[in-house]
This record gives sequence, C-alpha cells and structure tokens, in this order.
Amino acid sequence: MVACRAIGILSRFSAFRILRSRGYICRNFTGSSALLTRTHINYGVKGDVAVVRINSPNSKVNTLSKELHSEFTEVMNEIWASDQIRSAVLISSKPGCFIAGADINMLSACKTLQEVTQLSQEAQRILEKLEKSPKPVVAAINGSCLGGGLELAISCQYRIATKDRKTVLGVPEVLLGALPGAGGTQRLPKMVGVPAALDMMLTGRNIRADRAKKMGLVDQLVEPLGPGLKPPEERTMEYLEEVAITFAKGLADKKISPKRNKGLVEKLTAYAMTIPFVRQQVYKKVEEKVRKQTKGLYPAPLKIIDVVKTGIEQGSDAGYLSESQKFGELVMTKESKALMGLYHGQVLCKKNKFGAPQKDVKLNDKVKKKALTSFERDSIFSNLTGQLDYQGFEKADMVIEAVFEDLSLKHRVLKEVEAVIPDHCIFASNTSALPISEIAAVSKRPEKVIGMHYFSPVDKMQLLEIITTEKTSRDTSASAVAVGLKQGKVIIVVKDGPGFYTTRCLAPMMSEVIRILQEGVDPKKLDSLTTSFGFPVGAATLVDEVGVDVAKHVAEDLGKVFGERFGGGNPELLTQMVSKGFLGRKSGKGFYIYQEGVKRKDLNSDMDSILASLKLPPKSEVSSDEDIQFRLVTRFVNEAVMCLQEGILATPAEGDIGAVFGLGFPPCLGGPFRFVDLYGAQTIVDRLKKYEAAYGKQFTPCQLLADHANSPNKKFYQ
Amino acid sequence: MTTILTCPFKKLPTTSKWALRFAVQTKTKKTLAKPNIRNVVVVDGVRTPFLLSGTSYKDLMPHDLARAALTGLLHRTSVPKEVVDYIIFGTVIQEVKTSNVAREAALGAGFSDKTPAHTVTMACISANQAMTTGVGLIASGQCDVIVAGGVELMSDIPIRHSRKMRKLMLDLNKAKSMGQRLSLISKFRLNFLAPELPAVAEFSTSETMGHSADRLAAAFAVSRLEQDEYALRSHSLAKKAQDEGLLSDVVPFRVPGKDTVTKDNGIRPSSLEQMAKLKPAFIKPYGTVTAANSSFLTDGASAMLIMAEEKALAMGYKPKAYLRDFMYVSQDPKDQLLLGPTYATPKVLEKAGLTMNDIDAFEFHEAFSGQILANFKAMDSDWFAENYMGRKTKVGLPPLEKFNNWGGSLSLGHPFGATGCRLVMAAANRLRKEGGQYGLVAACAAGGQPSMVVCAYNSSYSGG
Repeated sequence: MVACRAIGILSRFSAFRILRSRGYICRNFTGSSALLTRTHINYGVKGDVAVVRINSPNSKVNTLSKELHSEFTEVMNEIWASDQIRSAVLISSKPGCFIAGADINMLSACKTLQEVTQLSQEAQRILEKLEKSPKPVVAAINGSCLGGGLELAISCQYRIATKDRKTVLGVPEVLLGALPGAGGTQRLPKMVGVPAALDMMLTGRNIRADRAKKMGLVDQLVEPLGPGLKPPEERTMEYLEEVAITFAKGLADKKISPKRNKGLVEKLTAYAMTIPFVRQQVYKKVEEKVRKQTKGLYPAPLKIIDVVKTGIEQGSDAGYLSESQKFGELVMTKESKALMGLYHGQVLCKKNKFGAPQKDVKLNDKVKKKALTSFERDSIFSNLTGQLDYQGFEKADMVIEAVFEDLSLKHRVLKEVEAVIPDHCIFASNTSALPISEIAAVSKRPEKVIGMHYFSPVDKMQLLEIITTEKTSRDTSASAVAVGLKQGKVIIVVKDGPGFYTTRCLAPMMSEVIRILQEGVDPKKLDSLTTSFGFPVGAATLVDEVGVDVAKHVAEDLGKVFGERFGGGNPELLTQMVSKGFLGRKSGKGFYIYQEGVKRKDLNSDMDSILASLKLPPKSEVSSDEDIQFRLVTRFVNEAVMCLQEGILATPAEGDIGAVFGLGFPPCLGGPFRFVDLYGAQTIVDRLKKYEAAYGKQFTPCQLLADHANSPNKKFYQ
Repeated sequence: MTTILTCPFKKLPTTSKWALRFAVQTKTKKTLAKPNIRNVVVVDGVRTPFLLSGTSYKDLMPHDLARAALTGLLHRTSVPKEVVDYIIFGTVIQEVKTSNVAREAALGAGFSDKTPAHTVTMACISANQAMTTGVGLIASGQCDVIVAGGVELMSDIPIRHSRKMRKLMLDLNKAKSMGQRLSLISKFRLNFLAPELPAVAEFSTSETMGHSADRLAAAFAVSRLEQDEYALRSHSLAKKAQDEGLLSDVVPFRVPGKDTVTKDNGIRPSSLEQMAKLKPAFIKPYGTVTAANSSFLTDGASAMLIMAEEKALAMGYKPKAYLRDFMYVSQDPKDQLLLGPTYATPKVLEKAGLTMNDIDAFEFHEAFSGQILANFKAMDSDWFAENYMGRKTKVGLPPLEKFNNWGGSLSLGHPFGATGCRLVMAAANRLRKEGGQYGLVAACAAGGQPSMVVCAYNSSYSGG
C-alpha cells in the first residue's frame, strides 16, 4: 500500500529518533575499585569550581545506570566535603549528548515491581540531595538531555544549554509506557508551570534549547561556535564549560540570582493555578483529552496526571511516593514492554546490517521539521531539479523509480534507465506489491536491482521496506539501506515475494474489512472498532485514504497468487465502487464524502445500494464487537507469522517495526509478534480456530503459530 | 620625466610636507605591472569627516553627503568635470528616494548630466566594489577617468510599514468604488501599524553581525581584555594621527544650516578600566563584544579619482598609488562570516607574486576588535590553515607595527558604503609618509565576502 496514512499516535514516535542511539550499554563494569578508576564520572577543580564530567564508557551516549548513580553520589559527596570547592559544573564529555535518559536495559532487567520502584526511589534520593546542595551546581547541557537526564538537570541550581540543533530537552518516558520516575513529575510543574509540564510529560516531545529558555527550563543559552583553533564541537564544549564556570562562580558569590523573571502571562498562569477550582478544571480537561486520544489503551498518561495531581494537592512527599510506585506499576505493564520492545526494534532497524556501501552516500541530512529557516529551505531545494528526460543520469549513483504500478511500464522505465546510467548505478523500484524479481527480469544487471517501498505520506511515515531478490548483491542492499538511513528512515529488509511483507499482511485484513462491511456493519462503526483497538486510522477510512482503486488492484493481484486464503470479502464491492468513481479521498467520495474545508465526514449514501446488493448474512457467533476486532487482527497476525515462517522476514523485530511504523498496527501491542508473545499464542490460535469453524481456510493458523501455541516456552522474543 | 616634474605640485597640500617626504628612505622593489594591461592609478581621494550617526549629519540625506565628498574631490584634484567618464558609488542601506545615489550626488555636485553613474552594494565592501569596478572599466579600455566612492547615512534609515499595511495601502490605491474602499479599510488591524526595521541581521542566518563577532571571538578564544586592548590601540593611534594631521583625506564639510565639520568625531581613547565596565552588547550577559570594542554606526562619504596611468600623466597628475591586484572571496556566512581577510590575504599575495614580508602598510577594516584578533589567530594557526584553508602552513601574522597605524574603523568610524575608499587612501598615504612600497587592504563583509586590494606606491612619482 503506497498510501498508508497512519497519523496520530505514530507521529509521537518521532521522539525515538533522538533516543535511538541509546540502548546497548555495556554493563559489564562491575563497579570494581571505586575511587581512582571511576569509569562514568570524573571531576577536576578549576579555581574553586569543580567540573564534573559524565562519560559512560564504550557508548556514544551517557545513560543513567546503577554505576553512574553510585559514582555520581561519591563525587558529589567529595565536592560537598571539600573546603576548597564552592560550586560545581556538571557537563558531559560527549559533545552530542548530555544524558540521554535512564538505561532501558536496567529497567528491563527488573523482575518485580518492587525492584523498579526501588530504582526510582534511589534516583529520587540522589536528586533531592542535589536540589538541596549548599554549593550551587550548574548543569551545562550540550546535546540530548532527556528523561532522567533532564530530571537531573532540573535538580541543579542553574542550567545553561547550547543553542544547537542537537540540544533537545524532554521527558519521553511516556513513549515507553512509563513516567519520569526521578522526581520529574514533581519538579517540572514547579519549574515551568502545570500546563507546560503536563504537555511535556504527556507528549514526550523534544524541546529545543531556545524554546526551553523561553519556558524557563534553562536559564542561559550558549551559541554553538564555528571553526576556530580547534574543531567546532570541541571548542563549543570548552566554551560552554567556560561560561558555566563563570556562572557557577557568580552563583557562589551571590552575584547572580538563580531566580528567573517571569513574564506577565506566566505570572497570570501561575496565579490561576493557585486557585483550586482552576486546577481541578485543568486536570479534568487534560484527562478528558487523554482519554479521548488513548482510548484507554495506554495507561501511562493517566497515571502521569494522577501523580502530578497528588504532588500538588497532597504535597511533595506524597507526590514522590506516588511517582515511584506508579513508575514501578507502569514499567511492569504489557504496554510498556510492548513499547520498549518497539524501541529496541527501532534501534535495530536504524543500523545497516549489510555494512558500509562501497560508494559513500552523501545526502544533505540537515532537513528537520521546523528546524529550517526559509533561506536554508531554499538552498536545499536548489539541489533538487525536475525534468522529463534522462539528462544527467550518466552521473547518477542510484535511481529510484516510482512510476505507476504497472509491470510493463516498470519494465520500460528500467530498460530506458539502464541504457543511460553508469555501471555502478543502482536501480531501485518503489512498488508496494509488484515482485522485484519480475521487474528485474528484464534487467541487464539484476544484481543492481532492489525494491524500496516508501510509505505515504513519505515525510511523516518513518518506515522504508527494502526488498532484495536472490540476485541482489550485498553492496546494492548496503547502499539502499545507507540511503534510507540518511533519509532518516526506519528500515526493514525483506525477501521478495508477492506483496513483500507489509502489503501482504494488510491484504487479508482488508479482505476481512470488506466481508464485515458486507455483513452490514456501518463503516463508522467499523472505524470506531478498529481505532478503539489501537489502530491510528479506522479500517474503512484507511481504504478511502489508500484509494479504492489501489486496494482493488492489490486485492486482485494477491488474490490470484494466494487464492482462497486471501478470500473473505467479495472484491466485487471494490470493483463496483471503482466503476462508480468512488475512489476514496482523492475523488471526493469513497465510504465517506470528502469536501474541501469540511472536517466532518459524512457517510456516502450512494454506497447503500452497492452494499445492499452484496449483503451477506452476519454469523452471530462471530459478530460481537470484540470478534470483529479479532477477526481483523488475527488475520493480520497470522499472515505476519507466515511471512516469518516463509523467510520473507528475517527477524520478528523487523516484522513488528514494519507493522507498527508502516501499517499502523497498534503500538500498545508492540507489533504482531510481540502481541503473540504478550497475549499468548494459544489465545490467538483459539480465536483463529473459532473463526475457522465459521469461515474456513482463511483463518487456519499457520504452522509456526501453531508450534508456538503447542509449546508455551517458545517466544519470538527470548 | 619632465612632464611629471613640471606640474606635480598642484595636488600637494603644502610644500613643507612634500619636503619631508624627500627624507624618507623609500624601498624600491619589482613592479607589479602586467603586460598588455593598462596601469590604473589613484590620483587622490577624499572623504567627509566620519561622524557618529545622530550627530551633525542627522538631518541630511545620503546624496548630500556623497555630494560633499564629490565636491571635495573636485576641489582637491582640480579635475575638470567633463573628463570624468563614469561615476560609481557604493552604499548599503539605501535611501529609497535616491536609490541610484551616485547619480543624484553627481548631478548635485555639478558633474555633467552626460556623465553616467551607478550605485553598487556589497555590504561593508561596497566602496571596494565601486573602486574595483572602476579598475575593470579602465583596464578593459572602456573608460579613462573614473570617480569611485561610497556613502552611508545611518542617522536615517528606511523604516517601512509592515507588509500587511503596505498591501492594504496598495490595494486601496486600486480600489475603485467607495464600497471596495470601505471593505478594505474594515480589514485594517492595529498590528498593521507595527513598523519593519531594515534587517541588521544576515538574511541567510538571521544572525546579527555583533552576535557573529562574539561567537567568532569565542571560537578563537579571544578574551575581553585582548579586545579592549586592541580597541584602545585603534583609538590611540587614530587620535595621534588626527592630532598630527595625518588624516589628510578628510575634507571639511559645511553642514547646511549648521557649523562646518572638520574632523572625525568618533575617536575617543579611553582607559581599559573604563572599557571593562561596559556590559556586553550582543550576547548577554556573558559575551565579550561591547560598544567599546566594536565599530559604531557612522555617517560619512568618500570619493576617489581613478585614472589610467597614461591619462593621469598626460594631465599632469602625480598619482598617489597604483591599484594592482584585487580579489573577492566568500565563505560560510554563519561561522566564518568575518574571517574573510584570513582567506583572501594569501590568495591575493600569491596572485601579485608577493609575500607578507613585502607589504609595508596593512589596512584592514576593523568591524570588531574580536574579529581582527580572531583573524590574527586564524592567520597564525597551522591547524586552521590545514583544516579549513587547504594550506600546508599558516598564513602568518601581519606585523602589528605595520598594521592600521593611523587608526581604523573602530575609532575612525565605519560608514558601511564608504569605508573601502578610506582604507585605500589610508594605505596610499601611509606608503608615501612611511616610505613603503606595497600596501594591502582587506575587509570582511556581510554575506561572508571579503575583498582585498593590493595597492602599490610608486616612489618615482614622489622622488621625481
């Protein structure tokens, strides 16, 4: 499906991009000899200012691990005890990262709720001590300052951040199904006000330095420096340190006040929040909004509101206690495990498993949303030209073809392009269902042909499905992945086959959608059933968005190959819709009517006659709301597992990432494979068998799924 | 030689000064003349006193100042107006009423209405662009006599209505019926009245020049004290030059309805203690660039008479200098905005076949102390040369005793469009006074495009 519009929840996952480099932290350092050989933290004294440097070994990023915690405590105790030291600066030795958050593996390793709660309480204790430090501590932030990193920073007396693109602050725990568990839920509201704090915690959004300054999250900004007598990054860090030291001295001498002047609006908001009635209204409003958006599928946001509320209404002691307990509860939830699993999967899919391509991939990678001035946009756009001929193709390293899904047309383009491109040039086809080997059949050099399946809208959808044939060379794969990574995509690499992985999983589900509609379920009802299960877009709306003609095309193609198993609904429904011109959003009518400027969607009443002519009697034993949801999802999951069984997929992780990021599979379930693991293969097989009894072969569980059901120890994720 | 000797004295202010010059030991080195290319000479150049904006010139318009520079030049050189083939002026912030300020000023100064004039803009090197355009016109044989100059009046800048208001006003112009007018007027909102100031920032990066200078100083670890010391040097040297009457390019200007202005008014040598008290002007509160170590907003104009050498000689002039090689380079407008001189110096020297040691007078535009010092550090760094300039070795430091000896933009002022001519005249006058042969002029400019001019002084004209 070229046009899978999945919005909403998925877009929130963009914060993962920053988090991605985190992950596998070497935890083999068993805090051996403490004093002399500290591995995570060291400090030096400049004048009367201690400069504490954080540097997690063997990692691109700093993460809050147990070792770091204990070394930090030691170092701070020494600083507090020293007569010579009057203030301190906290800085990272890694230019791109202050602290990227807590070590996820440390959380995953916890077996019980108590263990997690205890971790949270330890962190709370350390940060409380830091907050009450008699000697001012300045956090000097360059690079990502996320989660526990931000919680640490806001416990300091003063914060200075570089105004760099890489410097982002935020508490993305909610995206992992958790909450800021080191005092963040209590300190943030005090620092930036309740509304802004809730916004940060509930969306997990990244805040850039200049915005953070306006919000009061940081006290000073430092501009990143250009080339000087040292590499810019290195000198910028030095400069940041120099500036931080001046401020630390100023704070110790009481020449600088850590208090910030608040603006009028801020003062008014703060005042309004002192009125209990206003506060209650704010909680209520936010809760309503959260309920509406999460549909009760994600427990973390409501708990976050609850913890914030506890802190404000019952005092910080109760707040901290509630924070640590709820943190423990959340980390133990299936949703959190699913989301953390997705996070790990994403980290994996952001690596090039084929190694570096022979020819370097050079792309302008500065393009980030809202991070461009109009001037930068213009100068980047000037790299792009539009043309209707093959001029300049003789210099191309890669050609990505995206013509209409028609095999003979693709063949023609391939031949024409191969006539003009140089030998090393890779030919990639952007197709959602046509097998690449068939496209490559007419190629002179099939080893240079590969599939790159982008998802629409391309700027929002993070997934790229790369399809290799048996003949595709390793370097071709490496190059395609490298290009995708430069474009900021999450990449799964799958084997060639009809519908590859994503389209193939979606097709049986779509077939079931048609049957459900034929059975008389209203498209609106169907949409609400699918969204309340966690899909970002309702099933009927999805067909409209994708385009009815495209859906028909794919259904026919795959129906021919897979036969009865892809049956269910009558494709005649789509055919009739196409013949009446109901192509979905693009033609203004599909299941719904679309009008420019009108947000409300009305059902297309002309569909009634089509649906009536194809009406099927519903089977009452499998037509409850829940059954309808599971008929859709189990077909999806069954097909996904079959792809793994057939070797289309290399790993379950890629299957999960592909389903969530490409097709909008509910993130709270973690993807089809994680779903099977968390909810039990047996439960799913039971469901399938129930529907098989009613409808036949389409629901027959595949062998691999049956194996998992038979031996409960078998898991896709060990 | 006789022709040269017979009528050289008319351009000289006093004979006593002239006599002084005989005593100076002049070096004579190789000529930089190129085969088949006409030699271009500076006959003389003048400027109005450079004043802090908002002082005596505040009620004038830019072309008034430019006219003063032109009449001053006419007076100084006695050149017949009709021999001037072309007039070029540089300016940065344009007065919209006189967008071709060169033409308005020329007409006002009594030049023939048959003499074409155009205006160029290239940020702080606009006057350099005016001069080098003239050099090109002469060298290619298009013209023989050119007047090049520049003008800037920062006392008055075009502040516009907001885009919304402008649109409303333009639409109102076109509205035909009362109904249309009323419906347009009903769209008016109070915020339409918010004015739009001319950008003081780089368009491409939205960063102001001062901000950029502060970052540059930090990148090269230039301290506040170093910057203040350099600024103090500039002011002290300028004061000395002014007191000794060395700033001979200044012509008095009688401001209509006011007194006659005779000298620059921005030269204010202070003490380091005083300067240390100032707060940072751009990066607050911890930056190092202050009002005292930056060039100030200035009003002023300059003009220069450039000729083909044979024409000058034929007319009996004793030119002050040759204009030899010049070069424009450009680089990243964000981080290397003000590093131009470092990049251009080795290139233009190479082009001219000279080395740093050959140069007797350096005249660099001083936008900020921090910028000059950062350039020094960059020129003195092998690491920078290797990593950013693709050179094996560093450029090398210009010796401070040959550098901006009569003050610079920090102290004399910096009317954006006019500074280029001041730099060249300072170099030429210093070469005559100090007995050097080669001068090097450099300036950084917004957009990351600095320029370089090598001028050479031919001692044969002074010695006879």
